[in-house]
Amino acid sequence: MSILVVTEQRDGKVKKASYEAVRTAAKIAGEMGTTVTAVLFGADEAAAKGMGGYGAAKTLHIADDRLNLYANGAYVKAVAQAAEKEGSDVVMMPATALGKDLAPRLAVRMDGAVAPDVTDISVDGGDITAVRPVYAGKALIKVKINSAKKVFTLRPNVFSAGEAGGDEAAVEAFAPELGDEDFVTKSTGTSIASGKLDVTEAVNIVSGGRGLQGPEHWQLVEGLAEVLGAATGASRAVVDAGWRPHAEQVGQTGKTVSPNLYVALGISGAIQHLAGMSSSKCIVAVNKDKDAPIFQVADYGIVGDVFEVVPALTEELKNHIGS
Amino acid sequence: MNIFVCVSHVPDTTTKVQVGGDGKAIDPAGVTYILNPYDEYAVEAGLQLKEARGGEVTIVCVGPDAVKETIRKGLAMGADKGLHVVAAEPRDSFGTAKAIADALKDRAADVVFCGRQSIDYDGWQMSGLLGEMLSIPSVSVAAKLDIAEDGSFTAERDIEGGQETITSKLPAVISAQKGLNEPRYPKLQGIMQAKRKPIEDVEPVPYENRVEVLEMSKPPIKEAGKIVGEGPDAVKELVRLLHEEAKVI
Ligand SMILES: Cc1cc2nc3c(=O)[nH]c(=O)nc-3n(C[C@H](O)[C@H](O)[C@H](O)COP(=O)(O)OP(=O)(O)OC[C@H]3O[C@@H](n4cnc5c(N)ncnc54)[C@H](O)[C@@H]3O)c2cc1C
Ligand SMILES: Cc1cc2nc3c(=O)[nH]c(=O)nc-3n(C[C@H](O)[C@H](O)[C@H](O)COP(=O)(O)OP(=O)(O)OC[C@H]3O[C@@H](n4cnc5c(N)ncnc54)[C@H](O)[C@@H]3O)c2cc1C
Repeated sequence: MSILVVTEQRDGKVKKASYEAVRTAAKIAGEMGTTVTAVLFGADEAAAKGMGGYGAAKTLHIADDRLNLYANGAYVKAVAQAAEKEGSDVVMMPATALGKDLAPRLAVRMDGAVAPDVTDISVDGGDITAVRPVYAGKALIKVKINSAKKVFTLRPNVFSAGEAGGDEAAVEAFAPELGDEDFVTKSTGTSIASGKLDVTEAVNIVSGGRGLQGPEHWQLVEGLAEVLGAATGASRAVVDAGWRPHAEQVGQTGKTVSPNLYVALGISGAIQHLAGMSSSKCIVAVNKDKDAPIFQVADYGIVGDVFEVVPALTEELKNHIGS
Repeated sequence: MNIFVCVSHVPDTTTKVQVGGDGKAIDPAGVTYILNPYDEYAVEAGLQLKEARGGEVTIVCVGPDAVKETIRKGLAMGADKGLHVVAAEPRDSFGTAKAIADALKDRAADVVFCGRQSIDYDGWQMSGLLGEMLSIPSVSVAAKLDIAEDGSFTAERDIEGGQETITSKLPAVISAQKGLNEPRYPKLQGIMQAKRKPIEDVEPVPYENRVEVLEMSKPPIKEAGKIVGEGPDAVKELVRLLHEEAKVI
């Protein structure tokens, strides 16, 4: 009966997006008179207990070395077995790279369907309804899953994880039954730039566009990002020009982000760029053209030259944060 | 190699989306439809595989008659033939995948390429749905792909902060991410030839949508914010506003 939440960790640390999912599921479960069971692959007992702080009553802790790296077949089987064991009809997980890959296979395995990348979820007359952006955020659809089994992936950074508090989760060791055939498709390793925040996981983002005039000026973007503890992003124009890697591209054909603060430097605000960032909580734009479309979505704008404004802004923020 | 490439028929990225009369989908009036941008990488991947290993590339699309023009765009790039699952009524992602899986199940596909995401419903789920329905491996968001002679392959998929290397083996469904290749432009000759390439129509099994759209709306319009000022002099006031008003620093 409980709502199952698939959580993720990296290097033993549970991802923030997973806590957001647990917290959100706990709210829904509360309204439906049930509880949340978290499924945790790897990490330690403390992390498993810690799910309680975000509202999980129980954690199924899977300690199986074969699952340290992602293998979609095995993960699907493990989660489907967990759902079966808990009698869970509803499974939630963050819409991360892993969640987006896992959710559809899981939904088919459970004979259900997925509502992907939702930004709002609630209980309406006993049914769960969810809102998800479509057409790159140009429209929203409110959906209901009519099959008995339902899978939801939750867009990171949209739901609040809240502060940890409350009881520890009851931890139960769970050993899914897996065979070699479940590992035909598997990760053999990851390469993750150390210390570099991904735009989809960052609380703040500073992005640069063609207004920066060349890759050699990126220390302006990076300097400001550093003071704000922000990830660096980019427009497609600068990615296409080879100034920045595609992993940093924000927009319709890049990444969709919803940070607390998005700073756009020398970005015009083309519709495809806005598609990726207009749901940011606070948008700041610096552009020398007062008619640039970015100012139509920006909460605060400065009309000016990035080469003058950004150093002054970085300095002012240093003073502000220092004090 | 028997290669299939799934393509979707989507509104151009500059479309100004308006909600249609039923309040559940967009108003198609005046919308220009294109081959989904990610599917260009998928078609290119199929063509390159055929060029390296021989075989045939079939473009697959589920939708009403109008999607034939999108199938022809894939044919114009160089694919051999089309497979049109003629679904007049809109289907959700599960139903679309089901229609494709039913159409492919007896066709001995070696590989099925998709795009990472269809830019209409932004589901990012087709490769996983299809892989599971066809009981074959799936790898999503592949930015690199290397298929060996024996059908085993290595893919790199984009994950938060980096890449993940995946190994698997054909037959499989693989969804393409930007960076996988440089899609070719159709040449005039290709466009002419595409008109004569065969497109087979198949009827899908009737299906009741599992995901029901209750309503479609436009996101709340953000009011244009304030221009704090001009040049570096405005910086002090901006920082004050970010701290006191927006409370983000
Ligand atoms: C199918 C498709 C998909 C796309 N997907 C994306 C996407 O995912 N993401 C994306 O970003 N774009 C995307 N685009 C491209 C998009 O249309 C724009 O071309 C791109 O966003 C422009 O990047 P930009 O703002 O950096 O450059 P420009 O539009 O050239 O803007 C540069 C801005 O910098 C300002 N500027 C110049 N010098 C200075 C200075 N010294 N100080 C301050 N300001 C200055 C200018 O006033 C201008 O507003 C896509 C396009 C298509 C067709
Ligand atoms: C709730 C819901 C309601 C819908 N309502 C409508 C509607 O009213 N009108 C309408 O026209 N469509 C509708 N659709 C269908 C939609 O247009 C898509 O074709 C389909 O659902 C896949 O969407 P997705 O975003 O999940 O695909 P994704 O998983 O993002 O697509 C990934 C890849 O799958 C392949 N693919 C996607 N769609 C197709 C297709 N149709 N044929 C072949 N390959 C494909 C492409 O390779 C694509 O790059 C609806 C979908 C949903 C989920």
